Amino acid sequence: MTAAVDHLAPAQAPRRFRLADPSMILWIAMIAVLVLLVASPMVRLIISSFQQPETGRLTFANYVAAYANARHLQALWNTLELGGGVALLACLFGVPLAWAISRTDMPAKGFIRLMVFSAFIIPPYLGAIGWILLAGPNSGWLNKVWMALTGAEHGIFNVYSMSGLIVVIAVTSFPYTFVFVSSALDLVSSEMEDAANILGAGTLRTTFRVTLPLVLPAIVGGLIISFLEAIALFGAPALIALPARFHVVSTQLWQFFEFPVRVEEAAAYAMPLLLITIFMFALQRMVLGRRGYTTVSGKGGERRITRLGPWRWVMLGYALFVCALAVFLPMLVLTQAAFARAWGRGFSLANLTLQNFHYILFEQTQAQNAIVNTFVYSGITAFAAIALSLAIAYVVARKLVPWSNVLAFLCMAPFVIPGIILAIGFYAAYAPPPLALYGTATILILAYTTRFLPIAYTSSAAGMRSINPEMEEAVRILGGGRLLAIRRVLAPLLKRSLAGAWILVFIPATRELSSAIFLVGPNTRVISVMLFDLSEEGNFEVLAALGMILLVATLIIAAIGFRAIGRDFMVRA
Amino acid sequence: MSKLALRGIEKRYGAVAAVAGVDLALNEGEFVSLLGPSGCGKTTTLRMIAGFIDPTAGTIEMDGRALSSPAGALPPEKRGMSMIFQSYAVWPNMTVAQNVAFGLELRKLPREEVRRRVDEMLDVVHMRHLAARYPAELSGGQQQRVALARAIVIKPQVLLLDEPLSNLDANLREEMRFEIRRLHDEFRITTVYVTHDQAEAMVTSDRIAVMNLGRIEQVDDPHTLYNRPKTRFVAGFIGRTNFIDGTANGADVTFPSFAVPRSALAVAPPSGAVTFSVRPQSMRLSHAQARNGAPEVAVTIAERAYLGEFWDYVVTLPEGAARLRVTTSPLDIYQVGESAWLSFDPRQMTPIA
Repeated sequence: MTAAVDHLAPAQAPRRFRLADPSMILWIAMIAVLVLLVASPMVRLIISSFQQPETGRLTFANYVAAYANARHLQALWNTLELGGGVALLACLFGVPLAWAISRTDMPAKGFIRLMVFSAFIIPPYLGAIGWILLAGPNSGWLNKVWMALTGAEHGIFNVYSMSGLIVVIAVTSFPYTFVFVSSALDLVSSEMEDAANILGAGTLRTTFRVTLPLVLPAIVGGLIISFLEAIALFGAPALIALPARFHVVSTQLWQFFEFPVRVEEAAAYAMPLLLITIFMFALQRMVLGRRGYTTVSGKGGERRITRLGPWRWVMLGYALFVCALAVFLPMLVLTQAAFARAWGRGFSLANLTLQNFHYILFEQTQAQNAIVNTFVYSGITAFAAIALSLAIAYVVARKLVPWSNVLAFLCMAPFVIPGIILAIGFYAAYAPPPLALYGTATILILAYTTRFLPIAYTSSAAGMRSINPEMEEAVRILGGGRLLAIRRVLAPLLKRSLAGAWILVFIPATRELSSAIFLVGPNTRVISVMLFDLSEEGNFEVLAALGMILLVATLIIAAIGFRAIGRDFMVRA
Repeated sequence: MSKLALRGIEKRYGAVAAVAGVDLALNEGEFVSLLGPSGCGKTTTLRMIAGFIDPTAGTIEMDGRALSSPAGALPPEKRGMSMIFQSYAVWPNMTVAQNVAFGLELRKLPREEVRRRVDEMLDVVHMRHLAARYPAELSGGQQQRVALARAIVIKPQVLLLDEPLSNLDANLREEMRFEIRRLHDEFRITTVYVTHDQAEAMVTSDRIAVMNLGRIEQVDDPHTLYNRPKTRFVAGFIGRTNFIDGTANGADVTFPSFAVPRSALAVAPPSGAVTFSVRPQSMRLSHAQARNGAPEVAVTIAERAYLGEFWDYVVTLPEGAARLRVTTSPLDIYQVGESAWLSFDPRQMTPIA
């Protein structure tokens, strides 16, 4: 009998200890949360697109209803036109600027870089409002200047048009192209260009035969990202396309949510957008993966910059023109409106007032609530996304469960889901009973957390990779458990990168509109939704003031991140 | 007239002189190495020849025509040179054949001729079968061959190489040294080669210019450079050596423990204190005194190491604290602490400045 016990003990003991490991319970909980956040809404979205609203029976009627309508098809076409236009224009803005800053002796590079960064910070819907004030038919600033200069009866710019919408979105999304291309250019060794020069190629030929082809994958990546950004946007199209009397997919989806809410039809109508997005990301991955483009860099020697001669002033002129469209002009008119009694009365002391800010901060409780909600929700979202992504990154890096790559995939999946579609999925999954979360803070925070999970996961996974597992094994051999190792060693080591990730989630969460607009209730309004409502009322002065508050808060937080974490933290993710 | 001439070339960055006055002339078809430790200004000099950096003083001339001077410089693309870079800089977006054809296409040669010359060149570097590959699919040595082919195929006036072998592993590096020399023997292109590896320079070069602190210390063929170094730096940088201090007066040069007749030396030193460079393998160790007329001195073995191809001994002289390094064949075995006789060959003792 004793012999039998001795024989059994070694085989059973490890398994019992493994189950007793308290951290396992935590991992299982995290995985359940991930399923709840990512898998469930997406599955729900697909299922409900095939369901009959009342009975829940299988049907294709939703697809028929969604696509057997000429207006709906037109909206789909408009979206593609918008995406294509924005991608090309953003490329036209972003690529020359990236080249000039990374490779040439153009003056004022630091300033231009700062302006591109500012364009990144301005939410697209705020830029759109700036452009409504600038290029609204006849009343817009640019039209007034034109009429005053030429004596014409009518202005020449009309923001309420497809081309207007393309420009407005392109000026806010070109920083993506810029960041892609300039980081690719920074990786290209100058020796690649030197080699072409010494064989007899001049600046122009070297740029077009060697430099630009080398960063072609990044340019294509930039085209794809700005295309996807444009087709997923809700705010700017709603502000501009609706008054211009045309629809894109996102505004059309919004229409399905007007009474009576037709979630099933919306789900069916959202499918092409989802498929296009997934396809484009796959395409991008393929383009970036071909022909090992990363180049061996020579160690010695300074980077040589291309001398443009007098052309450098032309280049600077172009850069300032782009910055004017993206930052100077919209910010100028928004600032004027924020401090004006009536924006149309122009720049004068008599028109100057602080009343708009006073109204928002002290008189209107809705605005106060929206400000508090925005920052509270965004803060909680940032903590939740980081905690979850860190746990998953840990499980994946240490291969604690089988199929851990599926977890990584689920964490990154929301990256390819447009916010508006994610919101519809959340609505379909959690608005009806038994959970009935519609209009609560919970559903907003859950949706935000899902939406920004990929950003947090990218940072967490990179951080985990940078830490040698032996750091943790040293804790465990001395008798500490996994959780102790995480608390005492991993977390302190990752502190800086996690702080950076927090800011990277917090900033876009404060300005998120496209998923919020579908999920907010009367008591959970956030600044972005409030701005949208104010613009429908035409109350541009108060709107501009609220926008200013959002921007200043964002800038302060970005500046803190800048100081604490280093100036590249925005670009790293 | 020399093919390429550097006259008083300087490059200053603020107060720091990266290159502090370099004079060098290359004959048509000559292969000259710039050899020196890192930071000696050799790469800066090469990049000034290429036209990537403009000198702050001095002129660079090719065929008697000024290319660079403080007044102005011809851009690299107008110099008719070609260059091989440390990173190879083989363009990853073009195939092997496209890389090699690039320079020929710029010269607007007919398509047929471009194809013919690319094929010929790829044959020379044994890369013809890989013509359609992309660089990412090649090994380091193959990329190196593409870089060589691309540079040579245009028949440049001057070929420049910037530490081209530093990214290769040891075996391949040795193979490519001979490959570079073979290509030079075949095409006779005037070549400037930058390296910090003396074996590389000695295998490839007609002449070697040893650089230190932004200046050329000595330019000579490899044999002269090794056997007749002119400065302490050159003697120490090219191979291993011993420095012995002596005094030259009258007919003899006297050292702490022995003397050498001045007439026996290959290079007669000036009178007064003088330092000699004596290579470890130029001295002989023996158990008994040889008495064959060569200067001899009794020494004690202080350290020893067996390196397979030879023994490496450190011996101490009876007078003074001088320690000399001597190498002997594997069969000459001495114990540490043992006494022995060390004899010198005056013809291999070189006075240095």
